[in-house]
Amino acid sequence: MPRARTPEERSADPAAIQMLKLAEESGLSTAFSRADTMSPCPIGADGLCCKNCFMGPCRVVKEGQVGVCGATVETIVARNFARAVAAGAAAHSDHGRDMAFTLKAAATVKGSDYKVRDPYKLYSMAETLGVPVDGRSVEEIASDVADIAIAQFGQQTGEVAYIKRAPAKRQKLWRELNYVPRGIDREVVDVLHRTHMGDDQEPDHILDAAIRCALSDGWAGSMLATDISDVLFGTPSPLVGQANLGVLKHDEVNIVVHGHEPTLSEMILAATGDPELLEYASSKGAKGINLAGICCTSNETLVRQGVPSAGNFLHQELAILTGAVEAMVVDVQCIMQALVPLSEKFHTEVITTSPKVKISGATHIEFDEHHAMQIARQIVRRAIDNFANRGETHIPDVSSDLVAGFSHEYVNYALGGVLRGSFRPLNDAIAAGRIRGVVANIGCNNPRVTQDWQHRYLVTEFLKNDVLVVQTGCGAIASAKEGYLLGEAALEYAGPGLREVCEAVGMPPVLHMGSCVDNSRILTVLSQMASEGGLGDDISDIPAVGMAPEWMSEKAMAIATYAAASGAYVIMGTTNPVKGSEEVSRLISEGWRDKFGGRLEFITDPDEILQNTLAHIDERREALKLPKYDASKWGKSGDARMLELVELPFAERQAALYGEMV
Amino acid sequence: MSRYIATRAITGANMIVNEAETLLQKAIAEKGSETPVAFPNTAYYMPLILGLTGREVSTLGDLVPVLEQARSMLHPVPSKQRWTPYLGETLDSGIATLLAEESIEAVRFVQGHQPERFPGFELAGGTAYPALGSNGDGHLNGPIDDIQLRSWGIQLVDGRMPGFAAIVGCAKSNEVAVKIVRELQRRNILTFLCGNVNGRSIIHQLQEEGVEMGYDTYIVPFGTDTVSAIYALGFATRSALTFGGMKGGQSREILLYNRARVFAFVLALGEVDDLKYATAAGAISYGFPVIADTVIPQILPTGVTSYEHVISMPWNEIPGEDDMQKAERLVQKAIEVRGVKVQVADVPVPVPYGSAFEGEVVRRADMRVEFGGKNSRAFEYLRMVEMDEVEDGKIEVIGPDFDEAEAGGAMDVGIVIEVAGRKMQLDFEPVLERQVHYFINGASGIQHIGQRDIAWIRISKTAAEKGFTLRHFGDILHARFHADFGSIVDKVQVKIISDPELHADWLAQARIAFDYRNQRLADLTDDRVDEFYSCTLCQSFAPDHVCIVSPERLGLCGAYNWLDCKASFEINPTGPNQPITKGRAIDELKGYWEGTNQYAGQASHGSVQEVTMYSIMENPMTACGCFECIVMVVPEANGVMVVSREDPSMTPAGMTFSTLAGIAGGGLQSPGVMGVGKFYLTSPKFISADGGFKRVVWMSSFLKQSMPDEFTTVAAREGDPDLIDKIADETVCTDVEELLAHLERVGHPALMMDPMF
Repeated sequence: MPRARTPEERSADPAAIQMLKLAEESGLSTAFSRADTMSPCPIGADGLCCKNCFMGPCRVVKEGQVGVCGATVETIVARNFARAVAAGAAAHSDHGRDMAFTLKAAATVKGSDYKVRDPYKLYSMAETLGVPVDGRSVEEIASDVADIAIAQFGQQTGEVAYIKRAPAKRQKLWRELNYVPRGIDREVVDVLHRTHMGDDQEPDHILDAAIRCALSDGWAGSMLATDISDVLFGTPSPLVGQANLGVLKHDEVNIVVHGHEPTLSEMILAATGDPELLEYASSKGAKGINLAGICCTSNETLVRQGVPSAGNFLHQELAILTGAVEAMVVDVQCIMQALVPLSEKFHTEVITTSPKVKISGATHIEFDEHHAMQIARQIVRRAIDNFANRGETHIPDVSSDLVAGFSHEYVNYALGGVLRGSFRPLNDAIAAGRIRGVVANIGCNNPRVTQDWQHRYLVTEFLKNDVLVVQTGCGAIASAKEGYLLGEAALEYAGPGLREVCEAVGMPPVLHMGSCVDNSRILTVLSQMASEGGLGDDISDIPAVGMAPEWMSEKAMAIATYAAASGAYVIMGTTNPVKGSEEVSRLISEGWRDKFGGRLEFITDPDEILQNTLAHIDERREALKLPKYDASKWGKSGDARMLELVELPFAERQAALYGEMV
Repeated sequence: MSRYIATRAITGANMIVNEAETLLQKAIAEKGSETPVAFPNTAYYMPLILGLTGREVSTLGDLVPVLEQARSMLHPVPSKQRWTPYLGETLDSGIATLLAEESIEAVRFVQGHQPERFPGFELAGGTAYPALGSNGDGHLNGPIDDIQLRSWGIQLVDGRMPGFAAIVGCAKSNEVAVKIVRELQRRNILTFLCGNVNGRSIIHQLQEEGVEMGYDTYIVPFGTDTVSAIYALGFATRSALTFGGMKGGQSREILLYNRARVFAFVLALGEVDDLKYATAAGAISYGFPVIADTVIPQILPTGVTSYEHVISMPWNEIPGEDDMQKAERLVQKAIEVRGVKVQVADVPVPVPYGSAFEGEVVRRADMRVEFGGKNSRAFEYLRMVEMDEVEDGKIEVIGPDFDEAEAGGAMDVGIVIEVAGRKMQLDFEPVLERQVHYFINGASGIQHIGQRDIAWIRISKTAAEKGFTLRHFGDILHARFHADFGSIVDKVQVKIISDPELHADWLAQARIAFDYRNQRLADLTDDRVDEFYSCTLCQSFAPDHVCIVSPERLGLCGAYNWLDCKASFEINPTGPNQPITKGRAIDELKGYWEGTNQYAGQASHGSVQEVTMYSIMENPMTACGCFECIVMVVPEANGVMVVSREDPSMTPAGMTFSTLAGIAGGGLQSPGVMGVGKFYLTSPKFISADGGFKRVVWMSSFLKQSMPDEFTTVAAREGDPDLIDKIADETVCTDVEELLAHLERVGHPALMMDPMF
């Protein structure tokens, strides 16, 4: 059995380290400790275990070995890969489906607790989906948009609508390669079918189906989820927030929302401001009701409403360990079953809410969009009632300020104002070399590596190298906790060129773009950069790299695949699920690169990730005939000198205005 | 932007929008919301407001929603810590500032506070406010009128005027102020002056140093406060509306048009205050960078502007031995930052040289000597000779120089230019000779009028004191012909003849050549050539417009005739003037050829499919915006009227030139309206498909007066010697009813002609 790691080896986050020490002292297990005791199955880890039928499971570990049915290593690894993509795509897209039904309710149910909050975003959806807007009410439009969105899932033939948001060249390529998804559900079913025993047994062909399925996530299910969330809850624009366990309050009722969807959490947020409930909380001795988030439900409420984030994926158990959480309200995805036994050691009540998610031992209060507010109030009331049961608390005094909320709409506005918004200044900055390239650093935490360390290390290096970083999901929270999501961080950590751009725009060097379904925003940004001109005419031309250094979920596999198929170079860290087959590794790397410009590689060494990323960016720059990156050319703009000057007394300032005599 | 600039600009924006609202409320309370507001001589209402919001402001009350819109674009200043992005917000606040500033100037016009009074000030090039008393009674320029904008149009597009500089504030010293504007003038950059530092403006500085300011010198004083900088942006907005074919409200297109095509920058001299930062934020949305001579935060990333957007060049840190060198560097940097393309021929004369001096007037009192005019005779004659007959750069002064002439006196002078070149043709002689006017006028303190044997040149006392002699005419001509026409002219020599006997000989020889050219020109008709020429010079400004220039129809700007285009093609075979083979005639009466149609379609990017050369009624030729006159059908009179650019009065169409220009320009084909060069009026092919010159029922008196001999010839040609007198003008009538009465009274032939429709 491997040695148990120290808290410092388990996490790079000081708040987490404090809680992990506490867990050790209390003899409580966490994902961190379980990862030490539960070694990953080496055969499954390399993608070599086939359990698609019950003649097996077969483990193919020797050269030339095949399964009972004769399936080769290549087929097995490719099938496992494809199934992970399908599961990930199913999860994201099903989230999108629920959003579409919520939109339908908002549009058609009288007195619905939901309403259209961003009609402009609705109009832009309507335009893409071909819904007429002239002379129609917002509700009529929303109802039609919802119908078409819902129909995208069950569509059997043709093309999913959002494909046309991709650069023209990319669309053409997809059509040629038969990658355009026909409908969302169909592509998931297709992969599950063809990976059943005795179907598709040609690795490249299996991977093609995985790509089509992944595209139905990125360019359909996820994109619909993002768009509809913006329509219902507002398109994000920058706001100030806080992150880490220190956001939990000693003297208030703490409710933590965890999972991925904004529908219920937005209602709970509204309920926490209800004077009647506040009064009720006060009657129970609490100074207020504090809402905080974990994981991507947190990202949803953070980027839109500034609800503080208690942390990323691996903070879910740690939040309960503080002893200060009255209710942990969970919806879907990335919710550890361990929460329930752990919560039993404290007063925390774990409340499951999704019709799809029940956990043995947890309280289940099923959510439906027609009674949203009522359910939210019921949950808040339970949490208040639970306040009295709180025992000793250990809230670490650790939190960081952050600025989040960079939708592509806002970025467009930020770079030119209401009359002249565009991506031109960003493209210009990349073309000139002030910004060397762009990295989308996304994805999860994985307890098999030191929590946040890889995110942090890579982001630090990228900033130093004038690489602009965009983030979503748990990676974004990692940077938030480090203080990278601040304008100040540009002054402190960014290279000279990136600093100039950040100072000109007032933006942090790391842009938080939302939850993991919001990776669709990054696709939109890349498409708009391609169409703005100056950086080629396809996503694959742009000096950009996508990565998930600490990934763990199947959704990450789907994201990686649709990003690669969209033209990006994608690097996944931590572990390599195609390690078992050199052929599959080659297919998804050089094979995909030759076919459509993007590629996917699993690289576990962070230094190699860094080097490959910079090399790819420089190689793309060269292909675009852009000047070689040269940091020494930049850094001559900014406020520093002026701010010194304004500190001077009036007379000296007047004299200094014209500079120093030379 | 930077956080510091964002903070100052947003503060300034909030302040000025508040001020505008207060001023407007007060004005409405005093004068009523129906009180008309207008800038003089513009068809574009409040031009910036029209361009950016689409609102046609004509009363005080119309400004209320403008300021509401401005207020909606304001933002809070960024926090000191944990700031959220501010670039978009600052640019919005900049636009709000501009809307407020133009509203303020509109109100000031109503209150009689604009143009700004400035005791003792005289505008070089006249005033748009004769009602304020004679020019010289002391007011600044105020907004630039449409007429001036259009007359500068061709210079802006052909690169003679590479851009404009808006100077805001006050220079380090009077000498520096003069040096800066001279440096700009030398490069033919139009200079707008506004703003002050602690009450002192660069306008005061230049006034004290005796620098002439006004349209004629390219130095236009708007006002001594920052608000008057809005006139520069109104000018920029109108360039997009006038030449870019854009409509009010196309804010994004207008701003991007300026970024791409209008080479302008802001020079902030002296301390920059909140309002200057706010106004600069507005200018940056137009793509105009700001260069300051003080310490301010530099913003170098590009994108909003094409190059760096805020540059700080603290005066003491500019390398240079003295203030004069520093001023030169400052201007150079400004030009670099905007990417202004400047071609300066190095002309070795002891006075400043550049097109900005072209409009300078030498008054009799300031005159050292003149050649030509009433008391002497001057001529200029350019001829092509064999290669071995020219010694390049040889300049001979044959006869006495003017040092013997009495002060303020006159003498006879002839300038003979002999050129040789492998690509030179006899037909190019007049094309090149006509340049003598521009070339000589470019010298500061020299005035040139006329051409051929009616040339008239004055040299000022200042120029003479600086050492200008007759020889320098030769130096100028040698340098400029090489610089501008180097591809057709290989060698140039110049004789300046003041010896009386030789003068008479050469004059006689020149007249023989002039007669020959006249005959050649008369023989040069559309049906005798196989090729016309295109002119797409203005496409840098009006992207869909194309001129087709034929021997009998010159370009609408009046600057390019068929021979000019032919020469230009020789100079630059891939340039804006390309030969168009006429090809098969489709309808020679209306002027349709396969070649011309095809070219028009292609060069207008498909916006025009067919074009007639000789009809105003059917597929007329389009216009950019630089036209000298507008021809428009007056249906009631069965004829057309012709309005000159110089004529601000009302016309029988119920619109002034400025308003009509909006219909005629921007590359749009509008049957019944056409922008033309004034010499096309005298061509036998002038709307010949529609009945020709006899259709002219009304014509600005300016035209009648400026080319009486030409019109007399036309009347004789048309077989009606009294025709010109039968044509009404603005002194006769400005509405249709009176026009019809006049035409009946004089028996104008148009009434008897076939119906136009």
